[in-house]
Amino acid sequence: MMIYGVALLAACFLTGRMIGEWLGQLIGIEANVGGVGFSMILLILVTQWLHHKDRLKLQTETGILFWSNLYIPVIVAMSAIQDVNGAISSGMIAVLAGIIPTAVCFLLVPRLAQMSQRKAEITSKP
Amino acid sequence: MRSVSDVLMEGGVLIAAMTTALILLSSTWISAYLTKGKIPGPAIAIFAGLVLAYAGGMVTGGNHGIADVSLFSGFAVLGGSLLRDFTVVATAMGARFAEMKKAGLAGLLSLGLGVLVSFAVGAMLAVMMGYDDVKSMTTIGAGACTFIVGPVTGSAIDASSEVIALSIAAGVVKSIIVTIATPWAARHIGLNNPQSAMVFGGLIGTTSGVTAGLAATDPKLVPYGAITATFYTGLGCLLCPSVFYVLLQWILG
Repeated sequence: MMIYGVALLAACFLTGRMIGEWLGQLIGIEANVGGVGFSMILLILVTQWLHHKDRLKLQTETGILFWSNLYIPVIVAMSAIQDVNGAISSGMIAVLAGIIPTAVCFLLVPRLAQMSQRKAEITSKP
Repeated sequence: MRSVSDVLMEGGVLIAAMTTALILLSSTWISAYLTKGKIPGPAIAIFAGLVLAYAGGMVTGGNHGIADVSLFSGFAVLGGSLLRDFTVVATAMGARFAEMKKAGLAGLLSLGLGVLVSFAVGAMLAVMMGYDDVKSMTTIGAGACTFIVGPVTGSAIDASSEVIALSIAAGVVKSIIVTIATPWAARHIGLNNPQSAMVFGGLIGTTSGVTAGLAATDPKLVPYGAITATFYTGLGCLLCPSVFYVLLQWILG
């Protein structure tokens, strides 16, 4: 049943979130540290294991893929609730501090990516 | 007798879903026919979302974009952090663990470097713009990381509320810029495989910007970018008000 997939996803999501919350408390900050990341790793491991055991039914998988497919609409809706006016009207310093450090980080992407990819599919230069 | 708008309002999330579908439908059409597929549909849709947010802010003067217009209040749920995180996690279904392990060390390094570089450049900009006390520099530098790291840091070290507001704005500008610039920059920075997406997520860090930007570039890359980006804000909240703050105090001694 499709609801099994939704439940599996929800279980991974909540467990990961709790780990993130716990990790935040452990290092003493008021933030969820990597909750989404832990959830994702859990989901990958659990579904791969189920797949391996041939226990992952198509219907169950559909319950997860449904949410995965809703991802882009959710992101569009998220863009529509950003404080765009606030960002633009806060003056030069906010705009510069938002753009310049980001640009520097963009330029670092190919340098670090090369590290992880010896075979280097990277053809273009920054 | 209840008015039509009362009935519509009850279905807040559904109205948001229908509106979003309409945006995606027209964006896909614009992408295919007006740009000949050069600009991906999701990129246009996300940009349209930002324009809608701007319009909402103009009309209401609020700071939740279109969600402040009562008919569209459902956007706050559909685009809220719960559904965002839930659907991001769901995208992991299409990701491969083996691909993630390949990025290993580079992924970790990108996280540390991402926070450090954003903070340092942000703090330097703060000085150049006249915010030369350590608390303001630290808070604005933290805001250059994400719009969560900024206020968390600012309130931890007791910075002024004006500076905290600035740091939030800087973080929001960052997430918007990343959203818009990623599909355009992707070709130039080799952002076309899982490993570079992970490095990208770690270096840039702002989850909303990274995931939206990657969705507009190539949806297959989303889970890889998200998995590193999700650690960024936590690391920033950890380093900025402690190590970086002390370091700045020591440098400016």
